[in-house]
Amino acid sequence: MRLLTGNDLKTGAVTWWTGKDWSIHIEEAVNVSGNEDEIARREEAARRVNVPYAVDAEMHDGSPRPSHIKERVRALGPTVRPDLTLKPADPEIGNWVI
Amino acid sequence: MYKYDQYDQAMVDARVEEFRDQARRRLEGKLTEDQFKPLRLMNGLYLQLHAYMLRVAIPYGTLDSRQMHALADIADKYDRGYGHFTTRQNIQYNWIRLEDAADILADLAKVEMHAIQTSGNCIRNISSDHFAGAAADEVVDPRPYAELLRQWSSFHPEFSYLPRKFKIAVIASEKDRAAMRLHDIGINIVKNDAGELGAAFYVGGGMGRTPMIAPCINPFVPLDQLVTYCEACLRVYNRCGRRDNKYKARIKILVHELGAEEYTRQVEEEFAHLLEQGVEPPHDELMRIIRMFEAPNTDQTAPNDIDRSDPDFALWVDRNTVAHKASGYVSAVISLKPVGGIPGDATAKQMHLMADLAKEYSFDELRVMHTQNIVLPHVRKADLHALWTALDQAGLGSPNLDTVEDIIACPGLDYCSLANARSIPIAQRISERFAETGKTGTLGELKLKISGCINACGHHHAGHIGILGVDRKGVENYQLLLGGSEAEDVSLAKITGPGFDENGIVNAVETVTTVYERERQDGERFVDTYRRIGMNPFKEALYG
Repeated sequence: MRLLTGNDLKTGAVTWWTGKDWSIHIEEAVNVSGNEDEIARREEAARRVNVPYAVDAEMHDGSPRPSHIKERVRALGPTVRPDLTLKPADPEIGNWVI
Repeated sequence: MYKYDQYDQAMVDARVEEFRDQARRRLEGKLTEDQFKPLRLMNGLYLQLHAYMLRVAIPYGTLDSRQMHALADIADKYDRGYGHFTTRQNIQYNWIRLEDAADILADLAKVEMHAIQTSGNCIRNISSDHFAGAAADEVVDPRPYAELLRQWSSFHPEFSYLPRKFKIAVIASEKDRAAMRLHDIGINIVKNDAGELGAAFYVGGGMGRTPMIAPCINPFVPLDQLVTYCEACLRVYNRCGRRDNKYKARIKILVHELGAEEYTRQVEEEFAHLLEQGVEPPHDELMRIIRMFEAPNTDQTAPNDIDRSDPDFALWVDRNTVAHKASGYVSAVISLKPVGGIPGDATAKQMHLMADLAKEYSFDELRVMHTQNIVLPHVRKADLHALWTALDQAGLGSPNLDTVEDIIACPGLDYCSLANARSIPIAQRISERFAETGKTGTLGELKLKISGCINACGHHHAGHIGILGVDRKGVENYQLLLGGSEAEDVSLAKITGPGFDENGIVNAVETVTTVYERERQDGERFVDTYRRIGMNPFKEALYG
């Protein structure tokens, strides 16, 4: 599957395309295979996202998980600062990244 | 310390307002990202792995308590309560919002700081010896010359669009504490037999994917021709450096391909031409700058005795203080490398404390080391115990300068969009391993440097032990290198062989230190033993 990601223009936060909007939570991302270029063009033009691009992913425990570690770190936050990740209370979240 | 005059302040203030307008137009959609990107990069604003990242210049690593307090306030007000001190004596904030960026630059401008030329293909922050002005072995304080070059290179119209980024380091001692020969231009201010000061020019060094040690192209340029000679070096590079391939665009490739002799010939030709043009700043301007770097008014009766009855304090004194030119004083290094910590990171609270301690104990001065630690350059020996006590209580008292725990690590894949592998967790695990085994002290000086990609921000080529993170089919892998140095005995490290996974690289580092312990002779550092016995004993231990 392919996920569409980018950064929020104002905050720089990593965001994922949910099918109708952008979310910082990758669990809400949807498969955009075949439509990524069109969505990216439209959303960037509307300034709802900055520098969007598509990444490969697989389903993992019912949620999308990017194939490459760089995108997994992007999705969660720095592995060395669990307190700054999106799931600071989950002690097992490091396993999702690595 | 240098203080802005009305022209400096006006330039920086104008740039803040210019950027405020650019950011507003981007947010309103009047600029595309392609149009905006080069503008934000000129102001140090990157789009990194998690958010915008702002890199703030700290010229030659020198700052005062007011500036350090301001950096801490920015961390608290606009970021997530911390900053990261870098291998180029700068500071980076990792969680910046575009809509706040101009306000941050305005706050910086109020304390005579900025983020100009911390990115882009221009002359970057001039770096220097972090003990400048205090070091017992320097022939002169190199910072006025670094400041002169900062002014010359700021907004230099001819050098704002070079083939590639350009880094200059200035030192003034035989000991190289600034990795001088691994810069595009390394300048070592020396004294000749007649007692005159001049600048030895080393051009074409660098790390990255093609590491090179800069050759000396001129051993003595009179200091009243310093800027002119720099201009000649840059002109030849700007004219002849490659712009067709970014991986071959640094000056080191030009010097290598032309040959040092031919490059020097062209520089000398250009230099002769420029001397006729009169591009050197007026001598009065240099003298104005020099007066701002007058040595602190140290107490000539300051005692040299230190009460060493507290063993923890005595260890910190032995490891983290360095001889000062004034009797009764030392330079004290504040380690930003606690065991298991993130090299170079400091919380806003720690920054405020370091600023307060600088005000109280170090003539209001701090320095950022390229090894990602902080220096209080002028501390009375009699004040050391009080200083150490305050540092220790704040988690800043690690006694590990130049040991295996004093690791340089780039942000790596945890923060950097260019990285292929994480650097910080490797540094954390290695420091924890050696702290557990208690070998840190017995290994002596051991410089370990980790980069998360070939761009080498973690200086892995220059480590006695270097580690390079690579991407092997989507999995982090770590190459081990041995034998590098960025000091006066500069050398480039060599790869031992096949790489290791995250666990394997920590074990591999321990293995090579075991070989060192077995093979070392009296007084040898790790790198000395490596140079004497060569790679094979280490390879045998690693790979069998």
